Amino acid sequence: MKLTVWTYEGPPHVGAMRVATAMKGLHYVLHAPQGDTYADLLFTMIERRNHRPPVTYTTFQARDLGSDTAHLFKGACLEAYERFKPEAILVGASCTAELIQDDPGGMSETLGLPVPAIPLELPSYQRKENFGADEAFFQIVKALARPVEKTSHVTANLIGPTALGFRHRDDITELTALLSDMGIGVNVVAPYDATPRDIARLGAAHFNVLMYPETAETAARYLEREFGQPYTKTIPIGVGATRDFVSEIAKITGRNAALDEARLRMPWYSASVDSTYLTGKRVFLFGDGTHVAACARVARDEMGFEVVGMGCYNREQARLIRGLAKEFGVDPLITDDYLEVERRIEELAPEMILGTQMERHIGKRLGIPCAVISAPVHVQDFPARYSPQMGIEGANVIFDTWVHPLVMGLEEHLLTMFREDFEFHDDAGASHHGGKAKLREMGITEPETPAESVDMTTSGPVEIVWLPAAEKELKKIPFFVRGKAKRNTETYATERGVAEISVDTLYEAKAHYAR
Amino acid sequence: MTDRFAPPPSKGCSATPVLKERGQHEVFCGLTGIIWLHRKMQDAFFLVVGSRTCAHLLQSAAGVMIFAEPRFATAILEETDLAGLADAQVEIDRVVTELLERRPDIKQLFLVGSCPSEVIKLDLATAAERLSAQFAPSVRVLSYSGSGIETTFTQGEDACLAAMVPVLPKTDARELLLVGALPDVVEEQAVGLLEAMGIGPIRVLPAPGRDSEYGIGPNTVYALTQPFLTDTHEALQRRGARHLAAPFPFGEEGTTQWLWTIAREFGVSAEKFAEVTDAPRARARKAVSQASEALNGRSVFFFPDSQLEIPLARFLTRECGMQAVEVGAPFIHRAVMAPDMDLLAEGPVIAEGQDVDKQLDRCRAARPDLTVCGLGLANPLEAEGLTTKWAIELVFTPVHFYEQAGDLAGLFSRPVRRRDLLKLEAAE
Ligand code: SF4
Repeated sequence: MKLTVWTYEGPPHVGAMRVATAMKGLHYVLHAPQGDTYADLLFTMIERRNHRPPVTYTTFQARDLGSDTAHLFKGACLEAYERFKPEAILVGASCTAELIQDDPGGMSETLGLPVPAIPLELPSYQRKENFGADEAFFQIVKALARPVEKTSHVTANLIGPTALGFRHRDDITELTALLSDMGIGVNVVAPYDATPRDIARLGAAHFNVLMYPETAETAARYLEREFGQPYTKTIPIGVGATRDFVSEIAKITGRNAALDEARLRMPWYSASVDSTYLTGKRVFLFGDGTHVAACARVARDEMGFEVVGMGCYNREQARLIRGLAKEFGVDPLITDDYLEVERRIEELAPEMILGTQMERHIGKRLGIPCAVISAPVHVQDFPARYSPQMGIEGANVIFDTWVHPLVMGLEEHLLTMFREDFEFHDDAGASHHGGKAKLREMGITEPETPAESVDMTTSGPVEIVWLPAAEKELKKIPFFVRGKAKRNTETYATERGVAEISVDTLYEAKAHYAR
Repeated sequence: MTDRFAPPPSKGCSATPVLKERGQHEVFCGLTGIIWLHRKMQDAFFLVVGSRTCAHLLQSAAGVMIFAEPRFATAILEETDLAGLADAQVEIDRVVTELLERRPDIKQLFLVGSCPSEVIKLDLATAAERLSAQFAPSVRVLSYSGSGIETTFTQGEDACLAAMVPVLPKTDARELLLVGALPDVVEEQAVGLLEAMGIGPIRVLPAPGRDSEYGIGPNTVYALTQPFLTDTHEALQRRGARHLAAPFPFGEEGTTQWLWTIAREFGVSAEKFAEVTDAPRARARKAVSQASEALNGRSVFFFPDSQLEIPLARFLTRECGMQAVEVGAPFIHRAVMAPDMDLLAEGPVIAEGQDVDKQLDRCRAARPDLTVCGLGLANPLEAEGLTTKWAIELVFTPVHFYEQAGDLAGLFSRPVRRRDLLKLEAAE
């Protein structure tokens, strides 16, 4: 048993639902108890989908157990076919039905359905949502994709986008335009908006753009093996990666690398003087492996941040993140335990978090700004406006989104200058934000504490004590750099075996780290 | 005391044949109740023994209310637990011991059963007894089922409260017990009104903490504040307590009838009752009439969800001028529901259980002005041009008694007013 509070990923059948819900003309019959229908609200409320997920739940009850849950399943399959007339049906079990071993796959074969029934075996007690999506998409492709003639002009499939994905809707639009600029057409986008008939003609494309390895890598490998379609390895998030992506496609297709940069504003925004204040901002990244890896590069090379830590929740990408962390000289954190991530963030005291919905909450609690870069996300991360992460516009969007939670350049100086002013005080926050969460002091006790030494260390074997005057001085440093100052000072003190931090120690450390 | 209300219908819907359906249900399981129960019982921790699905359900139902370390968690069963490699009882002991070490503030722990734990016949009752003995007296451990194969949405609260009834001490004192986990503000209002009539002592189930618990016995009389507390009702009867049957305290009428039933039991005079209730009644009536303007003459269709459907249909038809087309409830417990069913006029389809696709067909055919349904159905129906009210809000928002009567009507009228308001066509 594993004690779990919040989870980054749902069970594998939710992954399969993300694929089924993204598609059209497909229906998923899920052997599951009534409570599992909660999953519908992820799609109808969080993603604001205007239709019910195409899922029939058998909703068996205790009184059905032992008597006839199998019969229920068959009935549900037949009724679902009659009512929705899908081109193909997915059948599978949720965690509870897996235990009663009714074998939905076997049963569906005996029903004589006039359309393909694709069985899904998703081990609910071992794997999670991303695996479920990847496996479901792979099984659909394996069952339905047929050898077909390649299109006469160069085309690609865009594979991987699903329902509930982070900006998948807009990434499709962006990449379609990018390919079109290179004279490459899109054969099929899948699973997003694809029908089973579309899946059948995946083989007509010349290559695949693997947008999200989390949800389509197994299918990409299968298509490479079966239909000789190479697939792209670069994830075009950020300016550099988008350029690399274009070169990779040029290599695959033999066409000229052409990228229309007319709308690319990100590099100039990053170079302009107001952005100087971004230099060396300490950021911590957490999310799915793919987005974290891509965003780490953007953070360091395109925003000029200092990456102080990174990690991912999906073990499938652990290798990628471990390798990258090594290159960045930081410790990788591979975990799906929310509390562990929170502890790491508290320890590192970054100035900004690039994370998921979970890290947004951690940030709120710790008073650290957070921008979202990866699923799982909440309703506010499905914006009405066009806001991709990939390609040229994606880079522009990333610049805006990552800068938004921070205090602006000039404003930062004003805050520093007037830090004791009654309006410009520390907790005033950025002027472009409305109501703001109360910022929690990073382990710093309130000034009312009697003027005695307070132990304020967050970590480390040596007990470091902040003397009252130093503590008071620290409070004068604006909140958005205070965490960094505190940490630097403590590191500085630890390294020199200084047990008491005085005002001098604080300024010696400041001088030491100045750049 | 009911003189100022419309006369009760000559024929209520008690005798209406119920449409019983057995198909796909689109409702949460009883685990959901943990979201509000853990806020109400501040010294309690809820440990679900279940799967990743159960953890994900709790998280999705909790929505944005994410607490860093909330007083609930899921012990996720893993392959080793299922293959019998690890003794599940030993594992539960380990998880609970670790948890209680980390959270010394916990005074009562609920082991909550789920579908997977029930299918593999994991005996949580025995585990609770063993752990209770081990951690007594500082922690009491109880168990109940919140599984989707046994419970529907609000039945989880019922199962939890029913599990607490047998462990309350015995008493012969004549006391009033109010049953149901209500928001504090609402609970205080009810207690305040009853005390002003001279009624007391008043107890509440669940008590806010173990240290404020009380006894149950043959002189205990109790009133339910929520219609889904049927197992709790039966558990209290087994302890010899007596039920005061009344319509549920929604709206001016429901609240008055509910209070009057209790007042009569305690010998409160009509004058005293009027003295205490006249002012809040007048306020409630005014607030409801303002908030329900947009509802008057409009039709409403209830999908089964929280079990509040019948009392709310009674409120909307008798106080807000609506017509009920269909009132679906997950299940109908006659003894508890009868007073409301007597007041709800014959006419609407009364449905029990669900076959969601068939019910959607009926709803589309009826094209009601307002559809009350779960979160999974609301946006899809809105996209089809129907106006909806998502039902879960009725459980998460203070809606009982006089001072909330206007808010309750407002919850229903807001979506209707919104649809009237939005004009997105070109002006020409
Ligand atoms: S229906 Fe059963 S398996 Fe599903 S979330 Fe509820 S208790 Fe868990």
